[in-house]
Amino acid sequence: MTASVLQFDPIRLPPECDVLRGEVRAFIEEEIAAGTFDPMDKSEGDRFNRPFAKRVAAKGWIGMTWPKKYGGQERSFLERYVMTEEFRAVSAPTGSFFTADRQSGPTIMKYGQEEVKNEILPAIIAGDCTFCIGMSEPGSGSDLFGATTRATKTDGGYLINGTKIWTSGAHQADYMIGLFRTAPPTKENRREGLTQFVVNMKTPGITINPVINMVGRHEFNEVVFEDAFVADKYVMGTPGQAWKQATSELAYERSGPERFLETFYILTELVRVLGAEPDLRGSEGVGRLVAQLHTLRRMSVSVNGMLAEGLEPTLQGSIVKNLGTLWEQALPARARDLAAFVDPDPTNMASFQRVLEFATTIAPKLTIQGGTTEILNGIIARGLGLR
Amino acid sequence: MSDRDTIIVDTAARIFRDLCDPQTLNNAKDDSWKGPLWDALEESGLTLTWVSDEVGGAGAGMFDGFDVLRVAGSYAVPVPLSETLLAGWLLEKAGITCPAGPMTIAPQRAKDRIEIDANGRLSGAAKQVPYAGETTHIAIVAYKGDRPHVALVAAADCRIESGRNIALDPQGTVDFAGVQPLRCEPAPISADDLQMMGAAARATMIAGALETAMNISVQYAQERKAFGRNIGGFQAVQHNLSRLACEAAAATAASGSANEAIANGDGLAGDAMLLEIASAKIRCGEAAGQGAAIAHQAHGAIGFTQEHVLHRFTQRLWAWRDEFGSEAVWAVRLGNAMAGNGADALWPLLASR
Ligand SMILES: Cc1cc2nc3c(=O)[nH]c(=O)nc-3n(C[C@H](O)[C@H](O)[C@H](O)COP(=O)(O)OP(=O)(O)OC[C@H]3O[C@@H](n4cnc5c(N)ncnc54)[C@H](O)[C@@H]3O)c2cc1C
Repeated sequence: MTASVLQFDPIRLPPECDVLRGEVRAFIEEEIAAGTFDPMDKSEGDRFNRPFAKRVAAKGWIGMTWPKKYGGQERSFLERYVMTEEFRAVSAPTGSFFTADRQSGPTIMKYGQEEVKNEILPAIIAGDCTFCIGMSEPGSGSDLFGATTRATKTDGGYLINGTKIWTSGAHQADYMIGLFRTAPPTKENRREGLTQFVVNMKTPGITINPVINMVGRHEFNEVVFEDAFVADKYVMGTPGQAWKQATSELAYERSGPERFLETFYILTELVRVLGAEPDLRGSEGVGRLVAQLHTLRRMSVSVNGMLAEGLEPTLQGSIVKNLGTLWEQALPARARDLAAFVDPDPTNMASFQRVLEFATTIAPKLTIQGGTTEILNGIIARGLGLR
Repeated sequence: MSDRDTIIVDTAARIFRDLCDPQTLNNAKDDSWKGPLWDALEESGLTLTWVSDEVGGAGAGMFDGFDVLRVAGSYAVPVPLSETLLAGWLLEKAGITCPAGPMTIAPQRAKDRIEIDANGRLSGAAKQVPYAGETTHIAIVAYKGDRPHVALVAAADCRIESGRNIALDPQGTVDFAGVQPLRCEPAPISADDLQMMGAAARATMIAGALETAMNISVQYAQERKAFGRNIGGFQAVQHNLSRLACEAAAATAASGSANEAIANGDGLAGDAMLLEIASAKIRCGEAAGQGAAIAHQAHGAIGFTQEHVLHRFTQRLWAWRDEFGSEAVWAVRLGNAMAGNGADALWPLLASR
């Protein structure tokens, strides 16, 4: 029963990953040198940068695990893991392609109609195509199956009416994968009746209203649908059965290195300000943080190894996200504490303080986006047989 | 994993199930279970898992030995199995044949140092040596000047002050002053290597014990009723047990990674091995503390009794996190190493693993 909860095999990245890592690092170095981005400058917003995406695409690194017939490279999940973690570790501007690469593309591959696959997957791979995720609504966040935005059958397609909210990057996206109600829930199963669609964001009847977050940025949005038409071919999978399709997507969404590396720079900068000979609390604190991060990373690598073998480690993915997001949420506060006795004047300290402020301010979202701590604990409890 | 030998693990699990059942041991009025358990372990060759077959061991490889220790942890095995494995590993490094019977190792604490004088006699003492007084032999790392040696010592030749650890398992201070070892050979090993291996062994046992603590807590939550329902139906209990599972998972991953690093690595030196082993001991030690607390909370008063088996696991979690370096000790060492390497070396090291 509970054995699988603890299935975290100590797999290592195969040698081809080292080669790729070298290439990705060289590429990052060139991009930083060319001024594309500054890893320490947190004022660059959501790091949405299409020209950068085009250059990553030219390397073959978007959709790199996908079939060759769509333009993919059929490389392993572990190689994708390496590419992702190297970009994350330096906060590279992956905003325009990350969502499509991580989950929208794979979802389309699994459930999309062939015509749609041919239309969209090559465009993602080329770095030309940005996706957003339309799940949450004003009246349903954690309770995803409470979604009420309707898709009503009409000639040749569906008319969509309702409102999605917290849609990250909707204002920059070409497409959304949206979850809409095509039938009322049944008495036996309230999860029934929801259907996934690919929606072109340029469709008439879609209005995007910015929602400014507490860092002062326009990242997420309210997306209002008024009789927005979506053709039949954009239905994904079996109408009404989206709840069965969501689970494998979650394993991809939850287990990646982005779930504990979003504020990795804090740890690096902490080590920098503490210097070569930290005080006892500094070294103990850093030692614990490094041990915890190493453990998270090893867990994440094992989950990705399982994905590479075609398994669906949904439960293990939830464990990684749960531990990972709690860890990175606590990181700024712990770093602040450990640096408390460092001389505040040197320039190192000023840049540390600057990134620390930013990380402290964004920390609350880490355990909300992509499923809250409470929801994840519920999923894990179900895995333990308690629900 | 698939290339690992499940026969060894299955054998260990069978022996523990038959002869080391936690409830049976808990109810036992005396130590009469000890002899049959040890004999079965020895007959099956499990006690010498880390000794190659050329010198009379099982020749099973490092990974198998760690797998045995994980299972041993999952039964909270209260005999010097890990100590005998570690002793076998040490003795083999010096080409010394293992004697029969249970062994322990010294020093367990990084602080203690044992020296060899010009006449080959020992000086120095080691404190908190696990199972001191219960084993016939002690394998030690001792220094002749700067030169590390491995020596096999008869416990009867030493002055041993016996005590108990927090789990009430035997431990003691061993005074080696004037002792003439049975064998003593120079070896390509240091007292720190024993710390590293001991830490990896304890981390692995912690992961095993946490697995059981989790399983019995979940089972209890499914059986115990309050307010007309199973306590496992309460969300607060579910979330606590989820956190216990997360801690057990982290311990499994951290210790498993260190096990793999040791099994497939080339010695114990270098930053990568320090990262692997220190992380395992730190993270498993943290998981031990948090996991034990949650397991007790879920059990209510019954878990705080002598009669219930839970304490067999939680008390050993507390004992094992202390031995071969606590979380704090390893964290300072790891943190200093990372600081010494500098901020920009941190990510490359993490990513190399
Ligand atoms: C930065 C950011 C980006 C986001 N981007 C997107 C996006 O691109 N697309 C998208 O669709 N959504 C997005 N979201 C929305 C996100 O998925 C939701 O915020 C999340 O699922 C929680 O929903 P909610 O905000 O409505 O909170 P609620 O569901 O109302 O929850 C509020 C609190 O109640 C708790 N709670 C709720 N139900 C339970 C329960 N059954 N048991 C115990 N506790 C419970 C929650 O854990 C939480 O603590 C984003 C959110 C953030 C913060």
